[in-house]
Amino acid sequence: MSTDSGYDVGKGDSVHPGKPVTVDRYTGGARINHWITATSLVLLALSGLSLFHPRLFFLSALFGGGQWVRTIHPWIGVVLFFSFLGLFLRFWKLNLWKREDGTWLARVRDVLAAHDERLPEVGKYNAGQKLVFWSMSTLIIVLIGSGIVIWNQYFAAYTTIEQQRWALLVHSIAAILAISVWITHVYAAIWVKGTIRAMVRGSVTGGWAWRYHRKWLRELVARPPTKEPTADRKRTAAE
Amino acid sequence: MFPPVLNPTTVPQEPKFGERDLMRRSASTVTPPAQRQTEVAKLIDVSKCIGCKACQSACIEWNDTHPQLESNTGIYENPHDLTPDMFTLMRFTEWENPDTNNLEWLIRKDGCMHCEDPGCLKACPAPGAIVQYSNGIVDFVHENCIGCGYCVKGCPFNIPRISEVDHTAYKCTLCSDRIAVGQGPACAKACPTQAIVFGTKEEMKKHAEGRVADLKSRGFDSAGLYDPPGVGGTHVMYVLHHADKPEIYAGLPNNPAISPIVEAWKGVTKYAGLAVMGVAAVTGFLHYMVNGPNRVSEEDEEAAQRLTGDRSS
Repeated sequence: MSTDSGYDVGKGDSVHPGKPVTVDRYTGGARINHWITATSLVLLALSGLSLFHPRLFFLSALFGGGQWVRTIHPWIGVVLFFSFLGLFLRFWKLNLWKREDGTWLARVRDVLAAHDERLPEVGKYNAGQKLVFWSMSTLIIVLIGSGIVIWNQYFAAYTTIEQQRWALLVHSIAAILAISVWITHVYAAIWVKGTIRAMVRGSVTGGWAWRYHRKWLRELVARPPTKEPTADRKRTAAE
Repeated sequence: MFPPVLNPTTVPQEPKFGERDLMRRSASTVTPPAQRQTEVAKLIDVSKCIGCKACQSACIEWNDTHPQLESNTGIYENPHDLTPDMFTLMRFTEWENPDTNNLEWLIRKDGCMHCEDPGCLKACPAPGAIVQYSNGIVDFVHENCIGCGYCVKGCPFNIPRISEVDHTAYKCTLCSDRIAVGQGPACAKACPTQAIVFGTKEEMKKHAEGRVADLKSRGFDSAGLYDPPGVGGTHVMYVLHHADKPEIYAGLPNNPAISPIVEAWKGVTKYAGLAVMGVAAVTGFLHYMVNGPNRVSEEDEEAAQRLTGDRSS
C-alpha cells in the first residue's frame, strides 16, 4: 500500500499478461488471515447458535457438549477478534467509500441481474463488498464488547446484572446480523464464478478483474512497472 | 404455633414427585402433568426471626456444602453474600423508622423464591438444567448445567451463583429431596422460633393471614404477605412488618418481574433472529435458482488481454 497511495490497489496485487491474463489479488498472508477468520466465524456461529435457540442445542455436541461450548466460544471469539483486526488493517484503506460506490449501489437491480456492463467501473472492492467489510467491522466490535460482559467465568464481577442482560440482548442481535452478512458474503462468492479462487489460490483471471473490478485492473496495468515489488517482477519474468 | 412437619418414618420411601411431575423444563417442551400436585410453600416470617443463622447451618449440613471461611468486615452477614456453597443467607438491615424514630433490626433470610414464573428457567439454554415441578419447586439439575450464567441474568432476585469448581449453578433447592419423602426443608426444621414454616401454599397463606393480623394489632399497620404477582407468586413467601416497602429489607425487590430485556431476548429476538438468517439463506438460494451463476465471458478475458498487452509491449 505504501508505494501506491494514489492507487486503488492492494499490497501484492499485480498483473501477469498472458493467455489468459492472471491477476494476483491476495497474498499468502492475507489468505491465511482470511481463513483463520472464516474458520473462527463458522465455529462461533455454530457454538453461539447452540445457546441461542433450544432447537439448536444439538449443535453443542460438535464441541463436546454444553460445558465445552460455554468454555470455548469466548476464546474463539478472541481469536476471531485479533484475526479480523489483521484483515481490517490490511483492507480498510481499499474499503473507503468512493463516488462510484453510490452509483453502483443505486443500480443494485443491475447488480443482481448480472448486468455488470451497466455498472460503473470500481476499484478493488465494490460497494457491496465495502458494506460487508464495514458492517462486519462494526458488528465484531459490538460482539467482542458485549461478549466480554457476558463472559461469566472471568468478567462477571465487573458489571451489574442489568448491564449483562443488555449485553446478552445486544450480543444475540449483533450475532444474527453478522451471520446474515456472512451468508451474503458467502453467497456472493459462490454466485460470482471465479471469486473463490482469489481467496484460495490468490489470483483471478484478467477477465474476472475486467468484468467486476475494471478500475482496479486499469490502475494495476497503468502502474509504472518500476514500482512493482521485486518478487512479483521476478515471478512474471519466470512465467 | 404452626404444627411442625412430623418426623418421617425411617423406612425408605419412594419419592412423591419426580420427572413425571415437571411443569417446565429449561430449553425443552414438556407436557405438564394432567393433575398438578398440591403447591407447597415456605413462609418466612421476618418479624419472628432472631438472626441466629440456624437455618444457614442446617442448610450447609443437609446439602453438605463447605462455605469458605471469610474474614470479619464488621457486618453480620456470614458469608458476605450467597455463594455456590451457601444457598441461604440472613441479611441484616438497621433501619430507622421515620414514623417512630425507632431503630428496627430487619433480618431477612435470602434465597431462592421458587417463582411460579421462573426467570432462571426462561433464560437457561441447556435442556433440562432447570426444572419446575408441579408442586412449585424450581430445581437445578447439575449434570445438565453448562455454567453459562444465563440464569443469573434471568433471575429477578439475584440468587443463582456459579461454582468456580464444577462450573455449574447453585441455589436453594427448597430441599426437594427432603420434601419428596415427606420432610420439611432443613432450614424450617432448624428454625427455633418458627419464623420459617413449611406446608401447602394455601396453608401458608392462611397462616400468614393470622400473622399479619397479629402484627397489625401491634401497630405495624402496613404488615403484609410478600407473594409478588409479577412472577406469578412465589413458593417462598415473606411476612413483612413493612410490606409496603420491601426494598428496606436488604433490597427485596418491590414488585419483581422477569426483566423485559430478558423477555425480549428469549422472546421476539429468538424467533425474529432465526427468521432473518433463514430469509437471507433462502433468498440467496432462490436468486441462484432464478438467475444462475454470474460468469466471466470470453469477451471479458479478451478485453483484459488487450489491456495488459498494451502495457507489456
